[in-house]
This record gives sequence, C-alpha cells and structure tokens, in this order.
Amino acid sequence: MSLCAAAFFASPVYAAAPAFAPAIVYDFGGKFDRSFNQSASEGAEKFKKETGIAFREFEISNPAQREQALTQLARRGATIIVAVGFTQASAVEKVAKQFPAVKFTIIDATVDLPNVQSVNFREQESSFLCGMAAALVSKIGKIGFVGGMDIPLIRKFALGYVEGAKFVNPKIEILQNMTGTTPAAWGDPTKGAELAKSQFGRGADVIFHAAGATGIGVMQAAKDAGRLSIGCDSNQNYLHSGGVLTSAVKAVNVAVHKTFLDAKNGSWKPGVIALGLAEDGVGYALDEHNRKLITPEIEARLNQARADIVSGKIKVSEYKAQ
Amino acid sequence: MSAPGTLPRWAELGLLPVINLVAALLISGVVIMLLGESPVAAFKLMAAGSVGTQEGIGYTLYYATNFIFTGLAVAVAYHAGLFNIGAEGQAYIGGLGTALVCLWLGAWPFWAVLPLAVLAGAGFGAVWAFIPAYLQAKRGSHIVITTIMFNFIAASLMTYLLVNVLIKPGQQSPESREFSVNAWMPSATDVLARVGVGFAATPLNLAFGFALGAAVLVWLLVWRTRWGYALRVAGENPAAAVFAGIAPPRVIIGAMLLSGALAGGLGLNELMGSQHRILMDFPSGAGFVGIAVALMGRNHPAGIIVAAVLFGALYQGGSQLSFDMPKINRDMVVVIQGLVILLCGAMENVFKAPLAKLWHGCLARDPKPTGGTPAPR
Repeated sequence: MSLCAAAFFASPVYAAAPAFAPAIVYDFGGKFDRSFNQSASEGAEKFKKETGIAFREFEISNPAQREQALTQLARRGATIIVAVGFTQASAVEKVAKQFPAVKFTIIDATVDLPNVQSVNFREQESSFLCGMAAALVSKIGKIGFVGGMDIPLIRKFALGYVEGAKFVNPKIEILQNMTGTTPAAWGDPTKGAELAKSQFGRGADVIFHAAGATGIGVMQAAKDAGRLSIGCDSNQNYLHSGGVLTSAVKAVNVAVHKTFLDAKNGSWKPGVIALGLAEDGVGYALDEHNRKLITPEIEARLNQARADIVSGKIKVSEYKAQ
Repeated sequence: MSAPGTLPRWAELGLLPVINLVAALLISGVVIMLLGESPVAAFKLMAAGSVGTQEGIGYTLYYATNFIFTGLAVAVAYHAGLFNIGAEGQAYIGGLGTALVCLWLGAWPFWAVLPLAVLAGAGFGAVWAFIPAYLQAKRGSHIVITTIMFNFIAASLMTYLLVNVLIKPGQQSPESREFSVNAWMPSATDVLARVGVGFAATPLNLAFGFALGAAVLVWLLVWRTRWGYALRVAGENPAAAVFAGIAPPRVIIGAMLLSGALAGGLGLNELMGSQHRILMDFPSGAGFVGIAVALMGRNHPAGIIVAAVLFGALYQGGSQLSFDMPKINRDMVVVIQGLVILLCGAMENVFKAPLAKLWHGCLARDPKPTGGTPAPR
C-alpha cells in the first residue's frame, strides 16, 4: 500500500451531475454490526443531518449482490458510491470501469482506476499503541488477542498489537485466538466470551478484540472476570465504564462523511489515501470511562510512541499477504 | 377413487403449494404493513424485480442454478433415506476442484477446460461426501451430525487455503487471482447473442443448462435404473432391501457420492460463471437453501426446478425490494423467505385436510359421483 499524498495523481474532474446523489453499500456484517459497517453508516447519517441530502444504501447478503448493487446504484444516477469493506474490491473494479463518470470510494482496499478513491487505514499503528497499553498495565506479563476470522486484515491488527506489547516488554506472552472460519465469526458474542474466559484462565489480564460483534462477548467476559478488555473500530470504552482499557479507533465514519462532503463540494479526488496516526485516521480512545485506567505515566508513554510513529522513529510492520 | 383426506394428484402437486405460497405471502404482507409500507406495492416490486425484466429473470435463474444443484444433492440422499445437511460444505470443496482446474489450466481452450472443471467439481464434492457416507455405512455415525461437522471442516480448510495459499499476493481480500478468460463459463448474454437474441448482462450463464441436465440425469438414474430402484428401496425400508439382496451400505455410499458430486456443480455457476475467481464463503448458504428447495419440490427433479426458480425469484425480488424500499432491509427479506419455507415446506399439510374436506364435500353434491362409497383407508 503506497502512502497518501505521493500517490495522488491529477485526473479530469467530471462535470457535476444535475443532482448530487450519494450512496453507500455495506458488506456482510451489515449496517448494525456496532463496529465497522455501523461506523460507516454513522458517517453517512451525519452527512444527511448536516446537508439534508438523502443517500441510498444497500446491505449485501451474498457475493453476487455486490456487483448488482453497485451497478444498479450507478445506473440509477448515484454520483458517488462508497463501498465499505475489502470484499467489494473486485466488484468496484468491474463496475467502475463500466461507469467512468460515477465516483467510487472503497474502504479498506485499493482499486487503481481514475474514478476510484481507495481509503486505507494503518490499523497496525493504533494496534501498536493498544499493545503497549496492554503490556503497561499487565501485572504478570501475559495478554490476549481475540480475532474474528483468520484473514489478512485481522493479522494486521494482531501483528501491530504484538509489536506494541513487545516494544514495552520483550518477554511478554501474547495468547491469540481466532473465533471461526465462516463470516458467522463476526457475530458470535458467546464464542467471543468463551475464548476470552479461556485466555483469562491461562493468566492473561488484558484482551484486545478485533472481531466485530463477537467482541461484545469478549468485553463482557472481561468485565465478569474483573479483568480488562480493549475495544475495536468504534470507541467502545463506554460499554463497561472502567473495565475497558481503551479502544483502537478507526475513523471510518469520518472517512465516509468526508467522502460525501468532498464529492458534494467538488473536491473529491481519486487515488489512494492512507490514514494512520498522523492523519487521525486511527488512534486509541481516551475518555472519562477509562481515564482512571490510563495513568499519566502510561499516557505519556503512549503519546511519546505516537509521536515517534508519526515521525518515523518507530516503524510498525504491516502484515502483507504473502 | 381417492379416500377422504386425500386429494387428486394435480391438486396435491399444483394447488396445495400455490395455496401455501399465497398464505406465506399474506402473512408477509401483514408484516410489511406493520413496517409502514404497502404490501401490494412491495409484492409488485418483488414480482417486477424478479421476473418483470430481462435483468431480473437473469438473476433469478442464476440463483436458481445454485439451488437446483444443491436441491438435487439433498433429494438424491433423501431417496436413500439420508438427510444430507452437508451440501454447503460439499459445494465449497467442489468449487475448490473447479477453481484449481481453472487456475492451473487457464491457458487451455475452453472446450478442454470445461470437462475437467466439471469432473473436478463433481469429484471434489463427492470425496467430501464420501467420508460421512463411509462413517454412516460402516460405523453407523449419524449422517446428519457428520455432514454438519464437515461443513465446518470445509470452511476451516478453505479459509486456510484462501488466506495462505490461493490468495492473490498483496491483496486484503482472501480470494484467488481471476481465472483466465478461457476458463469462463459463457454468459447467457453471449450464448443468446450467437443465435441473434439480445439479453441483458446478468450473471446467468451456461451452468444453468448444466443444472437442468443434472436434473434430467437424476430423474433417469433414480427412477429408470436398477441402481435407482435399489436406492429407493433401501431408503424406504432397509430391512426389505437386505431381504431383496440389496446391500444398504453400498447404496448409502453411492447415493452420497452422487449427492456430493451434484453439490459440487455449484462452482460451475458461481465461480466459472459469475465471480471468475474463488473467494471466501462463495456458496453463501445455497447448500442450506437446497434443503428447503428439495422439501418443497417433493424431492423430484421437476419439483426441484420449480422450487429453485421460486427461491431464485425470492432472492432476486427480495434484493430489489430492499433496494427500493429502504424500510424493508435484508433481514425482512429473510423473514419472507422463512415464511415461505415454513408454510410450503414444514407445514405443507396444514391446508391439506380442510382442502380435502372441501373437495369431497363438493364431490358428494356432484350429480354424478364417480365412486359411491369412499374406500376405507
């Protein structure tokens, strides 16, 4: 994945269509997954509230619908279509070629076409900070990670987390589990709780989840066991005030909101955008719910590391598929 | 003459399912009304979206292709007295076979790739069904349990292969590279263009023909061969089958091999015909819909084709519905599909007794009764 500004390239600005018609296509998780897709939906809703412009939306329920939904939206006059999730990459590629006058924004994947904007997040950077936080509060040097499915995106979270934890304590032990092998793994809080209990049983005192709605169970199990959890994608600190160490926040809502707004104002540009700590695209959440857990010393270390990552002094590896 | 409580064949096969379907749609209509939308407008949208346009028809038949393959798979096993819940996993692994051929032999011409892809799909699907079949036939492990478990094993295996082996390097999404054009199943648009007929671009492809062919093949095999007779006897009454010199274990294994091979046909439609690559979770539940399709189609190939087209129309019409009526989201569409399954499959006989009563009541008043006293059951 190439970095942001450098990858921008000039392209003809398409003449604005008579009516501005934004649209968004969610993936399997659905609009109310309390995590990734929901965050995207919040961004779109915010745009609607501010501008009064309605948007069309569609939730995918099988692979063939991705292309179908994008094609139909384009054909019915959508001017900007946001495709949420890497699974839509091949469909966006195909449909964007057929409709060169329609703008597409894909989140979490890169599609290299003159009418596509690709928004990627450097999740490894926020995961790194969460790994550090976990290692700093862990009393016995053992922490956990619960992922959804074993796919590249989740390995990216896990790798950043492990690196961050080892940065603080090179001897730390990190227990890792994936929830499942079917998309049901993103919505299985019961199994999330079981995995968390097992990791707590083996001595972990903080668990980071990157498992969508499954993570709700992880966080509940942490609360029940009197241990700590780390939330993912949205700020989930409020779910168990005082029991959630922090959350690895991914500003999908900001990205969607900005995409719609830019497209409306004519400042939308194709190309690859990478959002990390430097762009406030990802980060760790600090609010009244976890203020007591993140002591000033921890906060100072995290902020130092954050500055070092931004300046390039600390290099966080990115998981690359093969 | 039919006994009380029974209906003539045409009413049982034609009228009863229609009444069940109408009842399911009426209940759905009430739910749609509760959501504040007009049921009439909603059903109009569904009908227009599924069979009212070329595009709608294309998508409907494309979905139906998947359901015919998995419906036949469930039906063949059912005739042998086996409940194959594993069509989902068999289709997943069968698709792997098809995809491997398409990826490796993409440089070959289509006519050479196609038979190998069909064989590989059927072969991989059959192998995946063989293990539960063997365990059932020789060890008595219940096939319902083992086939369910094999769905999960298939998913684990495929996740591993897609994430670690088959993934196109450098991409996020666990899917392979695109097949070369030689390995694409010709689309309906292209096929029809050859004979001078224009058809909208949809994922409908030649695999639909393969599905229909498979249905004919199943009919011939199950109802017109010795093997099919043995299959049905062993399914109806294993003890009688043994007495007649049929070995149920062999029948079980044979039926499951055929069942898995049929499920493996899904890859021809989904991978070669539509996605042109192998991707995670491509059967997306078609294996389970196949159970409902087989149930509704009374496990007969002709019934399965009709039921598969109905489910294809529900899928496509439902997606149009949630597209045009934002209040009706995809979960509502699942509710409508669920009601159809409930009334046409699980509760298919609810209206049978009243209908039969009505039928015989009419007959009694008939000036020329055909039978006199009804025969005792």
